[in-house]
Amino acid sequence: MMAKLRIATASLAGCFGCHMALLDMDERLLDLLELVEFDRTPLTDQKELQPCDIGLLEGGVANEDNLATLKLFRQQCKILIAIGACALNGGIPAMRNSFDLKDILAESYLNGMGLANSQIPQDAEIPALLNHVQPLHEIVKIDYFLPGCPPSGETIWLFLQQLLTGQPLHLPYHCLHYD
Amino acid sequence: MAETAEIFIDGQRVAFQAEQTIMMAAHAAGIYIPHLCHHPELKPHGSCRLCVVEVNGRKLSACTTLAQQGQIIHNQRADLIASRRCVLQLLFVEGNHVCPACEKSGDCQLQALAYAVEMISPRFAHFYPQRTVDASHPDILLDYNRCILCELCLRASRDVDHKNVFSLQQRGDKTHLSVNSASGQLADSTLALGDKAMQVCPVGALLSKQTAYQTPIGARLYDQKPIAQGEAHDG
Repeated sequence: MMAKLRIATASLAGCFGCHMALLDMDERLLDLLELVEFDRTPLTDQKELQPCDIGLLEGGVANEDNLATLKLFRQQCKILIAIGACALNGGIPAMRNSFDLKDILAESYLNGMGLANSQIPQDAEIPALLNHVQPLHEIVKIDYFLPGCPPSGETIWLFLQQLLTGQPLHLPYHCLHYD
Repeated sequence: MAETAEIFIDGQRVAFQAEQTIMMAAHAAGIYIPHLCHHPELKPHGSCRLCVVEVNGRKLSACTTLAQQGQIIHNQRADLIASRRCVLQLLFVEGNHVCPACEKSGDCQLQALAYAVEMISPRFAHFYPQRTVDASHPDILLDYNRCILCELCLRASRDVDHKNVFSLQQRGDKTHLSVNSASGQLADSTLALGDKAMQVCPVGALLSKQTAYQTPIGARLYDQKPIAQGEAHDG
């Protein structure tokens, strides 16, 4: 029997919707576990990233921690996959790109309604925001893309199944959605 | 004996009449040629390049090229589809097309064409241009973020509604749609919900207010079927 492929996942500037969709594979997760073993992922809560065959990233890059995680995944994963609208084109978080970061922080933390003792949070635990939100392929090489907000559990399963068993990638019409 | 006027699209014999474009002849025969800036009731524009087909070895836009006896035309060849995919990838990064946040999602021709050519990746770097939304009109929303400059609203307003509400301003990547009113706002224009200009926007730039989510996401036109029935998708 072939050794199982190691797969790691992370959510950058996303909403964890793609990870929820991953869980939405339901009992097919058992089939997936026949083909892969999980490394770092919110599903195992493992924090360290070992060298992996496949990295699966949800969300765009909005802060310094996102950037560092993306670079680490690119370094440690043979194949890097961008999954979901935010990873592909920045998605909803990138709608802030129309505004100045200073103005956004001021609106949220200084001038917003009902704020007491208003101040812009500054703590080592909170990663600093980048000026703009960027999709993954603008920063590192991405090997595969899977659109959707989120892609359905069926779509993710089909995609991974084709990839893991060396079949040509093809999504039927009802599996290709940007919303 | 008069020769039957016919062209050949992907090997299929298609009859045409004098003064018909390749797009018109194909449409009459039930053959879909992708397009964004074309509307059968408006003068052809030839700008979106989605309808580029190969005619006797030359790449030409089907909406502006007259059908002529015996033309051998390729529409669904892999390289032509790849060019269309590239044009769509350029359009998507040029504006702010956030499908998950768009009222038109599922009814949008830009999105549906991207599905049709299986556009999976963004490929290019995003412009994230700074654009505004004009919500001044009581019945109509104009979101410049989604405008692809097809000029369908401009032509419909000028040539059908005879109101000339829209124009394009500036050049190159600064080109943008603008409203012909003293304030530049839609509220000060003569645009009305019943105008032809309100029926032709292929994207979510010009929307009627209050009705955007009457049909839920997932149950919309292109959620149900591809933009071109008959194109090979699921086999």
